[in-house]
Amino acid sequence: MRELHINQIESRHQNTVILNQISLHLEAGEIGCLLGPSGCGKTTLLRTIAGLQPITQGSICLGEQTVSSDCVHIATESRKVGMVFQDYALFPHLNIADNIRFGIEDFSKKQQQERIQTLLELVDLSGKETRYPHELSGGQQQRVALARALAAKPQILLMDEPFSGLDVELRENLARQVRGILKAEGITALMVTHNQNEAFAIADSIGVMNSGELLQWGSSYTLYHQPNHPFVADFIGQGVLINGTVCSCSQVHTALGNLKTNVCDDFAPDERVSVLVRPDDIIHHDESDWQLEVVNRVFRGSHFLYTLKLDNGEHVLCMSQSHHDHEIGSKIGVKLEMDHAVIFPLQQENIAQAPN
Amino acid sequence: MTKRINRWSILTTLIALLLTVPLWVLVSFVFEPTNDNWAHLSDTLLPEYIINSLWLMLGVTIGTLLLGIPTAWLISQYHFWGRSILHWALLLPMAMPAYIIAYTYTGLLEFEGPVQSALRTVFETHTVNLWFPEIRSLGGAIVMFSLVLYPYVYLLARTSFANQSQSVMHASRTLGAGPYKTFFKVALPIARPAIIAGLTLALMETLADFGTVQHFGVPTFTTGIYRTWTGFGDTTTTAQLSILLLVFVTVLMAIEFWSRKKAQYFTGHNQPLNKTLPTLTGHQNLLAFFVCLLPILFGFVVPALQLLDWSINVASTQLNSEFFALVWNSFSLAFITALITITIALLLLYVKRAQQHAFIDNTVRVAGLGYAIPGVVIAVAVMIPFAWLDNTVDSWARTHLDISTGLLLSGTLFALVFAYCFRFLSVALQSVGSGLSQIKPSMDESAKTLGANNWTLLKRIHIPLLSSSLITAFILVFVEVLKELPTTLILRPFNFNTLSVRAYEMAADERLADAGLPALLIVITGLIPVIILSKLIGKRHA
Repeated sequence: MRELHINQIESRHQNTVILNQISLHLEAGEIGCLLGPSGCGKTTLLRTIAGLQPITQGSICLGEQTVSSDCVHIATESRKVGMVFQDYALFPHLNIADNIRFGIEDFSKKQQQERIQTLLELVDLSGKETRYPHELSGGQQQRVALARALAAKPQILLMDEPFSGLDVELRENLARQVRGILKAEGITALMVTHNQNEAFAIADSIGVMNSGELLQWGSSYTLYHQPNHPFVADFIGQGVLINGTVCSCSQVHTALGNLKTNVCDDFAPDERVSVLVRPDDIIHHDESDWQLEVVNRVFRGSHFLYTLKLDNGEHVLCMSQSHHDHEIGSKIGVKLEMDHAVIFPLQQENIAQAPN
Repeated sequence: MTKRINRWSILTTLIALLLTVPLWVLVSFVFEPTNDNWAHLSDTLLPEYIINSLWLMLGVTIGTLLLGIPTAWLISQYHFWGRSILHWALLLPMAMPAYIIAYTYTGLLEFEGPVQSALRTVFETHTVNLWFPEIRSLGGAIVMFSLVLYPYVYLLARTSFANQSQSVMHASRTLGAGPYKTFFKVALPIARPAIIAGLTLALMETLADFGTVQHFGVPTFTTGIYRTWTGFGDTTTTAQLSILLLVFVTVLMAIEFWSRKKAQYFTGHNQPLNKTLPTLTGHQNLLAFFVCLLPILFGFVVPALQLLDWSINVASTQLNSEFFALVWNSFSLAFITALITITIALLLLYVKRAQQHAFIDNTVRVAGLGYAIPGVVIAVAVMIPFAWLDNTVDSWARTHLDISTGLLLSGTLFALVFAYCFRFLSVALQSVGSGLSQIKPSMDESAKTLGANNWTLLKRIHIPLLSSSLITAFILVFVEVLKELPTTLILRPFNFNTLSVRAYEMAADERLADAGLPALLIVITGLIPVIILSKLIGKRHA
């Protein structure tokens, strides 16, 4: 297993920039995940690593070897990458064992057999060797695709929306299983998804992409609590942006009062900014003197998500336990629990993420 | 309600039964004891028929695969010079009936023909006989069939290659397989069921052919059946020979059915191939162009030019009222047959749609069996019961009424149209059926909830949605009738000639140039469905 090093790459398709100056690094054995809306370029990035797509600038290195640059393009079949495709791309004319065997035909017969058995046990499909792809369920096909990609011990495993064809209930469960398998084999892997729960379940590090750019690369905790871009703040979790004014180096003034912040070096005093408020920053507390009006509410089973109106008319979200049932129009008590406020340059339109 | 449904079901079953009577009569001869002719036949000619048919099938398999698969792969995977024209022009040889291409190459390659004359001029071997392969041979027949039948393989293989998921190819590459291994171990095996389905269609056409093997003097089942029927007038032996041929056909049909079923699994839920095909450059570009051009050149352009040349030469003497009578005969026969066939197809399909019953489904399927049965066999199978009926009625009339009724059914246009209907019903069923399948029962229901009565439903929903497939079905049947040789030859009324029969008779008399005009007209008409087909495919891929 090798580390992956992507340095300032650019990819174009007919003069349209698909990937713009992307850099990222995966340690050997690390599991990374690219998260973003459809069309953001995340699948293209995966395909450049596999060599299915050329790059126009920058370089991609697997371990010590440069596999892609503006002048190098090692053919896909010589890269030793494993890839799991969105539609699994199992060979319909081969049975499960032969699908897994496809990439290891230069092994001895005995080694092939051992590897196939090991992998089938790993993905919990022992005894299904002679079945054909169309005889398996979606989840089983997905695991065969994983076993096939792992068979030749690739330098890196690439997965393109591997769970998108499955039932929602299956996805997170399977994502956790796959993480277990990857960690057990110590595999460097990079996955693409648009579903943040899958990303949280499987990845050590997550990158958020939009319009061909990698906006932020970090742990799920960092992305949620310290987003460096309004798009990341919007895409990961829920929240709203409210107006604020920087008053000193560590304070920002908002309709919620003066909030502590530690990233105000970039902002001048008195500069107007946008402040991210997550639903878990505002806690419902019946005894609190601070009362806000409920303008909307959504029942989410384990909790209520209330939309509350601040004194200046701005809206914020608030999570409460599900037995706290308050009518729209009534006032509820809240208190603030926010360590450090995340602030961005003033946005044209604050993210008004109405609960749905 | 129930009563009406039953009445329609009975009508459908009756039509299917009546249409297939010839087939059942034929099959009844399985139980008839064989006679001396059969003994003679099985000692001498039968082994030759079987061996020739097997050689033909083997040769045509190799020929159609060699022409069909590379062209299909190139067209489906790459951009190269002329691709946008070649991709439909590769279907053009379908407009060329095998017996007509056989006549043109006979003319081109015979001793006095342009090719050998040119060779003699170049090498100045006026006195020495230059060795030249004999076109009128088994090998020649294989080449002729391959040139006009490869489009079946090309068409199905191309669709299969084009529909293969791009990610399956990419998966193969990420697993370390280069382009060659990917083609031979992934793309080709996945397309195999489709290719086999196309191949079996080509082989069924080969077995059904009469004109080519007759002209080339290659004895096969069809010429044998014709000989036994016209030469010996031996009903039993003819029927038994026909049944033997049907055994071959049935095996092919079974293979085709099985392949299509398998092809469904193989292309299951895959996403179609990405539209951006790589562009070939340099000598690869040129090579791809020529690989795709050659089949069109030899399967269509060269023979068509030869026909044109003959036609121009004889036009001044042959374009007379006799020729126009020929055209009138052929076209009116094809027109009437197409109308009747489509009416029957519509009736069967609407009953099937309304009933949704396995029995009716199977009845319709049986009614469509005719297409698999060679024209010679159909003709014989129609002749046997019709002649029996005529004779029975005639002898009854003679004894009881003292008059002779003569031939009432056999030897009339009725017998001919009946045989055509049976043979080409499945063409109409397929085409109309695909149109009708677009009109989901829920559309009827939604139209009714919107206040439409039956008439409005028909006028506003069914007729507009069906019209294009009705027209397609009409043209397909029309052209098939025009091309059909052996059925017409055996069943036509005395002195009733059509274009195909005229071309056959002229060629049989070694008057190849005189076959030019009728043959050219058949080919030109045959172009219409080919154009429709390529348009339909173009639409699906757009």
